[in-house]
Amino acid sequence: MREKETTLYLGPQHPGITGNMMVKLKVTGDTIVRAETHVGYLHRGFEKLMEVRNWMQVFPIVCRICVPEPDPNEENLARAIETLEGREVPERAQYIRVMVLELARLASYLLWFGGQSGSAGLYTMPQWSVGDRDYILDLFEELTGGRVYHMYIWAGGVRRDLPEGFADRVLRVMDYLEKRLKHYDNLMLDNSIFQKRAQGVGVIDREKALDWGIVGPPLRGCGFKHDVRIDDPYLVYDKLKFEVPTETGCDVWARALVRRREFEQSISIIRQVMEKMPGGDFYNKVPNPLHWKVPAGDVYVKTESARGEFGYYVVSDGSDKPRRVHVRGPAYVHGITLLEHLLQGANLADVSFIMNSLGTCPPEMER
Amino acid sequence: MEFSIKGMLNPLLALQQAGKRPHTIQFPFEEKKVAERYRGLHFNDIEACIGCGTCSTICQNEAIDMVEIHPGDSESAKPGDSGLRPRVDNGRCCWCALCVEVCPTGSLSLTSHYNYVSEDPDSFLWTPGVSNPEGRKELSFVSDTSHSLLDYARVPMRELEGKERIKSFAEVVLGYADEEAQKEAARCIGCSICTEVCPVHMHIPEYISAIEHGNNEDAIRIIYDNNPIGETCGKVCTRRCEEVCPLGARGEAIAIRWLKRYATEKAENADMIREIVNPEIKPPNGKKVGIIGAGPSGLTVAYYLALRGFDVTIYEAKAKAGGMIMYGIPKYRLPLDSLDKQVEYMQSIGVKIHFNTKVGEQISFSEIEKNHDAVFIGIGYEVPYTIGIDGENLENSIQAVNFLRDINADKHVDIGSRVAVIGGGNVAIDAARVSRRLGAEVTILYRRREEDMPADWEEIEGAKQEGVIIKTQAIPLNVVDDGSGRVKGIRYGNARMVTDEKGGRPRPELIEGDEHVLELDTIIGAIGQEADYSFIPEDLKEKIGFKSGRILTNEWQQTSVPHIFAGGDIVNRTADAISAVADGYKAVKGIEQFVFGK
Repeated sequence: MREKETTLYLGPQHPGITGNMMVKLKVTGDTIVRAETHVGYLHRGFEKLMEVRNWMQVFPIVCRICVPEPDPNEENLARAIETLEGREVPERAQYIRVMVLELARLASYLLWFGGQSGSAGLYTMPQWSVGDRDYILDLFEELTGGRVYHMYIWAGGVRRDLPEGFADRVLRVMDYLEKRLKHYDNLMLDNSIFQKRAQGVGVIDREKALDWGIVGPPLRGCGFKHDVRIDDPYLVYDKLKFEVPTETGCDVWARALVRRREFEQSISIIRQVMEKMPGGDFYNKVPNPLHWKVPAGDVYVKTESARGEFGYYVVSDGSDKPRRVHVRGPAYVHGITLLEHLLQGANLADVSFIMNSLGTCPPEMER
Repeated sequence: MEFSIKGMLNPLLALQQAGKRPHTIQFPFEEKKVAERYRGLHFNDIEACIGCGTCSTICQNEAIDMVEIHPGDSESAKPGDSGLRPRVDNGRCCWCALCVEVCPTGSLSLTSHYNYVSEDPDSFLWTPGVSNPEGRKELSFVSDTSHSLLDYARVPMRELEGKERIKSFAEVVLGYADEEAQKEAARCIGCSICTEVCPVHMHIPEYISAIEHGNNEDAIRIIYDNNPIGETCGKVCTRRCEEVCPLGARGEAIAIRWLKRYATEKAENADMIREIVNPEIKPPNGKKVGIIGAGPSGLTVAYYLALRGFDVTIYEAKAKAGGMIMYGIPKYRLPLDSLDKQVEYMQSIGVKIHFNTKVGEQISFSEIEKNHDAVFIGIGYEVPYTIGIDGENLENSIQAVNFLRDINADKHVDIGSRVAVIGGGNVAIDAARVSRRLGAEVTILYRRREEDMPADWEEIEGAKQEGVIIKTQAIPLNVVDDGSGRVKGIRYGNARMVTDEKGGRPRPELIEGDEHVLELDTIIGAIGQEADYSFIPEDLKEKIGFKSGRILTNEWQQTSVPHIFAGGDIVNRTADAISAVADGYKAVKGIEQFVFGK
């Protein structure tokens, strides 16, 4: 019997969807014929909002572009402004920023552990990893006053210095997470069922990976050693030792292994940062925020976020407001071009699984 | 790939976790203890807040609006307090705490309180501190000056050294350079609290903003909009504005006076003022106004009426215009050329001044009344009070206002080498500092404590730097005669401060037997002045209302005789130039309304 083509809507309300977005699927049986990414559920327009706010008021907006990992947004905006102004950032602030960015990467990967295995039906894992993530959020709360939206990295440095004894608590959490990784492996990566689900699924065409502008773990899972922290070092990454892991499978499994190994690298980076943390100022004060004008010019800055290269193109016309802030997140490619392509011919049960492996994030598509 | 046995058994190791302590807290049985700098709901210290609204300005969510906390009760608002307080819409707030970082007084904080549930959407509108008084105990993310985004340190003003100053009458304040002025102006938060307390309501944030952006000519135009002696005020204003500047709550107020001085000095002469201000002068309207006294209030009336097309004539008893700012303020504070320039500019737009024309002598009051549609009296307080002690009439016991007038008129005054000034106001300090410049050792005797002195604190500091000795809690008893009709010294008694039962300020009480004599050459009395109304005909005097030596007027400076207006020291007790300008400005409107019968 010939099966009829059916349209299914995954999202915007669906436990398997990443954020407020929707994938419109044409299926025959449980095989996907065509997939279309639909956004428009956020109703925010971050970029436009920034054009009608002054340089200081922009700062609390950018973190909201990414809930699981807001800090690269803050760092990008801060560095863009600092570049335009020629403002020096104290070394201590740079180390603190690296610490924050890597803690955010760990927190983001912990959510990924949960999402990747949860979308494969492995429900214990999200309980663990989301719980463990809270220990990092505790650190953020202590450092910044906020658990999720930190609003901590701003132009000139960071907002507050490290609280007393903070380094010890960071290192304790690192030791704990390192131990937990073994448990995660037992449950997830060394689990034959997970391996079976992940291998050979969501395979990216290696030849096209660069052309399409794929970045981050999906690109490194295709064997390309691409990482902004190494290729175009910012902050003090050039003073730290770490590896950029790659895999060659191009599938969900390869991307999982890349993330798993990067997790260890981030722990190592944070330990080095805590050891090398210099003293001194943490903030090079900006002018009165009500009158602050940034010299005219434009700049593109980028960081390596948990999902890959994350860029900000910032234009100033010399006034007290940004003329344009363009946010270039990896999900713009991963969530539209790549996702739609990979879903063609995939199994319906793998949609969320593949999405999670790509790190799709709707605010980066709908800015 | 194949399934391996190990890979199938591995997940079972998760069972090891059974029985371990859970991550989660059992709310509500167990409270979460938040971090020390947690950003929770707001708290505002209502008493410390002055309602400047900077929190509302910076809030990018527009979650903060300013509301009256005691609607309709404008009386309770103290000067420098807008009477408004921030109200936070917790439905819009994102707890970024920028409001805390820009709060100049530090009254606004975030608390550790993070949990609020209600079915009523309106209840999410909080006036922090009013809605949650208990928040005071839960402060967590607080403002302090080391983290604040505001700049609390004033750009220091360069001045002549104390030792240099007493060698001449050169201006003490050297003024800001361009970068200094712009840097100082950039500290302003533009809240306009200063505008509220300025008697003239000068457009302070506006001209500061112009200065910040290097638009000094704009600044001059903004200043001349409601103050024709802006440069004078830039040098000698009593600046109540700076007392209420929110930055002063935890740091140094914006140097509003010095910024005004900086901008107005950019117009180096009367022609330049005329060119920059380029005022619109209305065609003559045929109405004539006579003004008695070319002091700050009279000049203000004259300037703005002249711009409105009135035929304005000022009758001034002395040889120069300015009144007390000419003859009362020493030249090291307000140089002669600065004042000349401002008066010359006013004359250039049509203000006529008859110098050396004392009303009652050279011209009668009735004649002025007859020739003009309205008359403005701004004669000031020029007659000094006597101290009221024995020996005061000796030859070299003089009065500060007369002394300052003579010095400013370039007359020689022999004060010898030891001088005592009696009093604690600005006139006393001026007399003391002038005496220092004439080479005398100077002691100020004041009845109360230094903090009670009505003089400007910067003047007191300046006097000390120049070597003036200030003897407080010293009550003059009598002047000691040298037998030939000259002063030999002053006998004074030390006093202790006692609380005033009526709730007034503490008053000095003589300590019995603790009397001393200070040997001197000259005594200068500076305990206050009064007006000389002798030129006003008796019958008119009866019609004009007086109270404690001052003329009573309505809000437009109109006396009970409709065509007579009055302002300056003879009307208001604050007795400073800016209040006189304010009176003049109001009188302009009053005279216009009266003359045109509006």
